[in-house]
Amino acid sequence: MEVVTQLDIEQAISKAARDVFETMLMLPLAIDASMIKQKIEPETYHGVVALVGVAGSWTGTGHISCRPQFAQRLAGALLLAEYDSVNDDVLDAVAEVANMIIGNVKTILEEKLGPLGLTVPTVIYGRNYHTRSAGVKDWVLVRLHSGDETMDINFCLMPSRIHPHLAHRPELQTV
Amino acid sequence: MALDVLIVDDSAAIRKILHRVLIQAEVQLGKVHEASDGNEALAKLKTEKVGLILSDINMPNMDGIEFLTKVKADATHKHVPILMVTTEGSQAKVMQALELGAAGYVKKPFTADQIKEKLEGLI
Repeated sequence: MEVVTQLDIEQAISKAARDVFETMLMLPLAIDASMIKQKIEPETYHGVVALVGVAGSWTGTGHISCRPQFAQRLAGALLLAEYDSVNDDVLDAVAEVANMIIGNVKTILEEKLGPLGLTVPTVIYGRNYHTRSAGVKDWVLVRLHSGDETMDINFCLMPSRIHPHLAHRPELQTV
Repeated sequence: MALDVLIVDDSAAIRKILHRVLIQAEVQLGKVHEASDGNEALAKLKTEKVGLILSDINMPNMDGIEFLTKVKADATHKHVPILMVTTEGSQAKVMQALELGAAGYVKKPFTADQIKEKLEGLI
C-alpha cells in the first residue's frame, strides 16, 4: 500500500476539474494552490453543496460548493439552457459535476490505493446551513475560479475502519 | 430505419446530454427511452424493443454491471449493443464490462465526438 499525500490529492482534483471544465462545461478555469484546511468547527454555507462518498480500504468524502449563481451557470453550460433560479435541473447538473470530478479523483487515487467505490451524489441547496463530517479533521481544499465565480472542492480520505492496521501508520492519516 | 434507444443513468442531466449527442450525431432516432437505474431499464425492456442501450455503471438499486449481465443473459435482448458511459474509470471495471459483453466504454467527462465515434462502430 502506497502513501497518498496532499499533493497527490491536489493533483488528482486539479486534473479531474480541468477535464470536466474543458470537456463538458467549456468554461474558463483557474486553479488556486491547494491548502490543508483544519475543519474542527462546522462549515457554514449559502448556496449549493454536492457531496460524493468514497469507500473501500480507504474511506472519505468529496464535496463541491458554490454560489447559486455559479450553480445556474454550470447547469447552463452542461445542459445548453439558461437558468435564472436553482431548480431541479440545476441541482441535478451540480450533482453530476461533483460525480464526475470526485469520480475521476477516485479513479486516479485507485492507482495507489486499490479499488474504491463511490456513493451516488447528494446535493443540498439553502441559506445559512452547516455541514460537518464525523471524525474528519483535515481536508484538502482546492479553489477554482471561473470568471468572477469560485468553486471550492474539498476532499478528505482516511484508512477504513475495516483496515485498522493502517490507522497505526501516522503518515497515512494526514489527509 | 429509425433506431430506438434506451438511456440508463441516474442523472437526468446526463440523460439529456446523451439524448442531445445522439441528435448531434445524426442518428436516425426513433423513440428514446430513459431509465434511472438497472431495474427501471429492465422493466422498459419488457415492453419496448430497442436497438441500442447507453448505460451508466454507478447507479442505485441495480448498477450497470448487473444490468449488463442480465441483458446479456436474456435471449431477447442479448444482441442489443450496450455502450457503457460512466465515471467509473478503473481498468478492472472496464475489463469486466467488456468481458460481460459491453460493446464499448466511454468515460465521463466525454465529448460529443467521443460518443459519435463509438456509435459509428455500433449502428
